[in-house]
Amino acid sequence: MNNDAIDNILNKYQGQAGSLIRVMMEIQEENHWLPREVMVKISEKLEVPFSRVLRIATYYKTFSLTPKGRHEIQICTGTACHIRGAQNVLGAVQDLTGIKPGETDADQKFSLEIVNCQGNCTCGPMLKIDEQTHSRISPAEIADALKKYD
Amino acid sequence: MTRIKSAAELEELRQGILSKIDPDKPSISICAGLSCLGLGNGKLISAFKEELGKQSLEAKVDVITTGCHGFCEKGPIVVINPEEICYLEVKPEDVPEIISQTVIAKKVIDRLIHTDPNTGEKAAHMSDIPFYKNQMRVLMGNNSKINPKSIEDYLAIGGYSALAKALLKMSPVQVLEEVKIANLRGRGGGGFPAGRKWETTRNAPNEVKYVIVNAHEGEPGAFMDRALFQANPHSVLEGLIIGAYAIGSHQGFIYTRHDTPELRKNVDLALAQAEEYGLLGENILGSGFDFKVEVHYDVGIFVSGESSALMRSIEGKAPEPKPKYIRTSVNGIWDRPSNLNNVETWANVPQIIGKGSEWYNSIGTDKSKGTKLISLSGHVCNSTVVEVPMGTSLREIVYDFGGGIPNGKKLKAIHFGGPMGGTIPESLIDNPLDFDVLSKLGASMGAGDMLMMDEDTCLVEVARYFLDFLSGESCGKCVPCREGIRQMLNILTNMTKGKGREGDIELLEELSEVIGAAALCSLGRSVQNPLLSMLKYFRAEFEAHIKEKRCPAHSCKELIALEGV
Repeated sequence: MNNDAIDNILNKYQGQAGSLIRVMMEIQEENHWLPREVMVKISEKLEVPFSRVLRIATYYKTFSLTPKGRHEIQICTGTACHIRGAQNVLGAVQDLTGIKPGETDADQKFSLEIVNCQGNCTCGPMLKIDEQTHSRISPAEIADALKKYD
Repeated sequence: MTRIKSAAELEELRQGILSKIDPDKPSISICAGLSCLGLGNGKLISAFKEELGKQSLEAKVDVITTGCHGFCEKGPIVVINPEEICYLEVKPEDVPEIISQTVIAKKVIDRLIHTDPNTGEKAAHMSDIPFYKNQMRVLMGNNSKINPKSIEDYLAIGGYSALAKALLKMSPVQVLEEVKIANLRGRGGGGFPAGRKWETTRNAPNEVKYVIVNAHEGEPGAFMDRALFQANPHSVLEGLIIGAYAIGSHQGFIYTRHDTPELRKNVDLALAQAEEYGLLGENILGSGFDFKVEVHYDVGIFVSGESSALMRSIEGKAPEPKPKYIRTSVNGIWDRPSNLNNVETWANVPQIIGKGSEWYNSIGTDKSKGTKLISLSGHVCNSTVVEVPMGTSLREIVYDFGGGIPNGKKLKAIHFGGPMGGTIPESLIDNPLDFDVLSKLGASMGAGDMLMMDEDTCLVEVARYFLDFLSGESCGKCVPCREGIRQMLNILTNMTKGKGREGDIELLEELSEVIGAAALCSLGRSVQNPLLSMLKYFRAEFEAHIKEKRCPAHSCKELIALEGV
């Protein structure tokens, strides 16, 4: 956890209760999850009740209350990907990694999430590993795609 | 960069920019829309830069990464200017040849240009490809010409001249009247007249008013707003400033997605550049009008695209809708009048002010004017964004622009408007694209997303899928929506597993009626729409699942297993 980066974000928005969601988004992007002590800090710095921070953190899908793996796998299950076989892609990823959506494996190598439509329906079914998009992927190709990560 | 203080200074700046442009200088414009990014254009961009470096041509050839060109299925798309030669499905290996043959020797590479799948006819220029030629690209046409990260590019194509006209030659009421006469209808789903909405906010009794760009675009299969906003952010911003002037608002908000990094970058940059030039901030263009804009993000829930929920989110609270006994245009953010329109609606505004309401009224049908962006997805050869005049037949959109249904399958149904939209059968495909016609058929246009489903698609399963999606996106505040969706989902899930019971359809209809009447917000009140339209046109398919334990599309796995016994 990079405390300086988190403090920088908090200092930028100190006392601005209206920026709560933005602050949490920036910290999530920096740290990939929201530890309890960080949420306490957010509550203090922005002067909002801790309960509100927790409420926002559990309301939105983007926020994670547990540490993520080194690589984040996102599988689009938007309508177009769904009717093009996203469930089979999800099944293959689950079989290969042994984790379900929302989970991280024991080695903290992969975290798996399902995401809503990413807006590039021509690429479906698709999955994203970190920033890399794997377009028009078939379940058979997934083992190869996952091998590149450690 | 100095702030522009008058229309004359804006023109002077524009002429200065134009005089520096050499129309004969070759440039390579590479699409960086979401689909092309997903299809690997990043490697392509580096390959072009590297190759130009190797041949010491960096100074002589410009490389521009643009927004979405459309025709996403054939991405990554590269256009070589000034000849406007359009290459499709370009790979990094093709780069040296494109530079030596096309950029330098001005020759067309045959294998990279468009070939019509039916006639075999070739088209080298963007304007000759039927996909582009037959569209009416009022909003999207400039996407391949400008760098979204450069305000100068937008100024060079006449950008912000509509703003200058509105601020300096028209009164706010004149601007409002022009938009009303143009009969611009909101592109976000409801099709409500934008001018009337503006007027409500303008006349609402509070000095402080807000204007908002809804760029949430949460409907799965809708990606036209992202394509437009990412490719040409200034066109939306210009519309917003004009609208703010008409309404009397000095504070705007952009509410967009956090998960599209290119869009975020382009919007942030557009705001910073507009401010530097004095197109935002105090005394815009010397008119005395002040306006500033803040960006807020959705961080992952569908309901936050609903207007009152979105406004809660801008306040920094959980995005739960509130009852609209008083409309948000009167009582919105911090209980102040707040006018919300979506990306495409705002982008139409500079066009209407620039070219006049008469021009705008000449496009479209009797009650649906202008062009409409449509995103095509699902079982269609071209998953893409097209822009067509309202009134275009659905058949033309599916077959001429969408290229028809892949793998020789037959089209079964078209679904409009995502999880709160509606489905129509193939037999109604000769209807026009029109807000009211589609509403009457039971499938509101929504934001303009069309999902094609082929004969192998089970509509019971699709209805189940939409409710499954919504069950995770409902905010949970009101009981009819939270519990109703769950019960409907259970019934449909049972049907797809061969556990459907007599009376299920009637029960679904009853639940639909209650949710439609009793839910708090427009999300809750519309969740039953896909199901009701499917029951209207495909009731027999639902009955087969219950009575015969049979899936006519051979899609539901559990039922196929039962059939095998």
